[in-house]
Amino acid sequence: MRSLTLSYDYTTKTIEVEKGIKIVPGANTIITTLDNISSWGRRSSLWPLTFGLACCAIEMMAAGASHYDLDRFGIIFRATPRHSDVMIVSGTVTKKMAPVVVNIYHQMPEPRYVIAMGSCACSGGVFNTYSTVQGVDEILPVDVYIPGCPPRPEALIEGILKLQEKIKNYSEKNSLLDFHKQKKINHRKK
Amino acid sequence: MNLIEIGKRIKDKFPEKVLWFRCFREECDITVIKEGIRDILEYLKKTPTLEFDYLIDLTAVDFLGIREPRFDVVYHLMSIKHRHRIRVKAQVSEEDCFIDSVADIWIIADWFERECFDMFGIEFKGHPSLKRILMPEDWEGYPLRKDYPVSSDLGDKEWKAYKELKELSKEWKINES
Repeated sequence: MRSLTLSYDYTTKTIEVEKGIKIVPGANTIITTLDNISSWGRRSSLWPLTFGLACCAIEMMAAGASHYDLDRFGIIFRATPRHSDVMIVSGTVTKKMAPVVVNIYHQMPEPRYVIAMGSCACSGGVFNTYSTVQGVDEILPVDVYIPGCPPRPEALIEGILKLQEKIKNYSEKNSLLDFHKQKKINHRKK
Repeated sequence: MNLIEIGKRIKDKFPEKVLWFRCFREECDITVIKEGIRDILEYLKKTPTLEFDYLIDLTAVDFLGIREPRFDVVYHLMSIKHRHRIRVKAQVSEEDCFIDSVADIWIIADWFERECFDMFGIEFKGHPSLKRILMPEDWEGYPLRKDYPVSSDLGDKEWKAYKELKELSKEWKINES
């Protein structure tokens, strides 16, 4: 007869696996905050808008296709802003296009994120001309800048991982309640 | 037909309208006065031995500070049947910034002329709908003129809609960053 003695109580004691996340091994349970869960959901299914403006869009397509396969990060391109969480501004933004970009940005549900992909979207790039917006941050709040002309798919993936990190850090510092409070204050200011 | 022969033929046909004819490295161009442009181009298209049935390009060149009259409107022609090409230039001054439209001779000239109007502000008389084709319709100024600002910062000449957008964007940039 073999006897098993447990030195640790696996059914009631918790183990902290990560900051703010505890598991109860015996009970097959995770204990964490609601903010952490929602942020985990958000960053693990960042759906970008199918939306390309110039040659960077070709790299974005390559990143989405089977060789680099953005699907493995839960990134699935959506054909409508209403389904999307993140807008990858891939390419040169012209002044004529700017109102359209802003319009579809506002059609996205909150929380929404913007990635500026490539030199043109970051700063206008080589196109310091009458028709070009000098960086999409002139008209939109940008979360992540990816330099390169165009950036390789690896760079885009890196940028998206940076955004995931940013979402994670945000949830650690701010709770969901704060986020909505802040929104209300800003709304009143308007 | 030889290009020099073509040049001579046009010169003989329209002696008062052709300013000069010039050949360089097997490429020829005829410079004409703008009043004669329609007649000459119609002749080039409709004469069976010439038959320039393909308008490759129509654009303009700005010679600000280099010479008067200020603009050249340039027509690149080709004959698909005879495989020859020619370039026709018409001089347009800044004060009388217009020229006859050739949109009824070559249909493609419709959009070329709109582009030329959009970029240089040269008016094409007789065009079916002469409005901007590339820039927004309420854009002010003609961007490819040499006295237009080179950089993105247009100052007072900035497009109003973009100025407003930039002003408005300050709000949502604060809210969401």
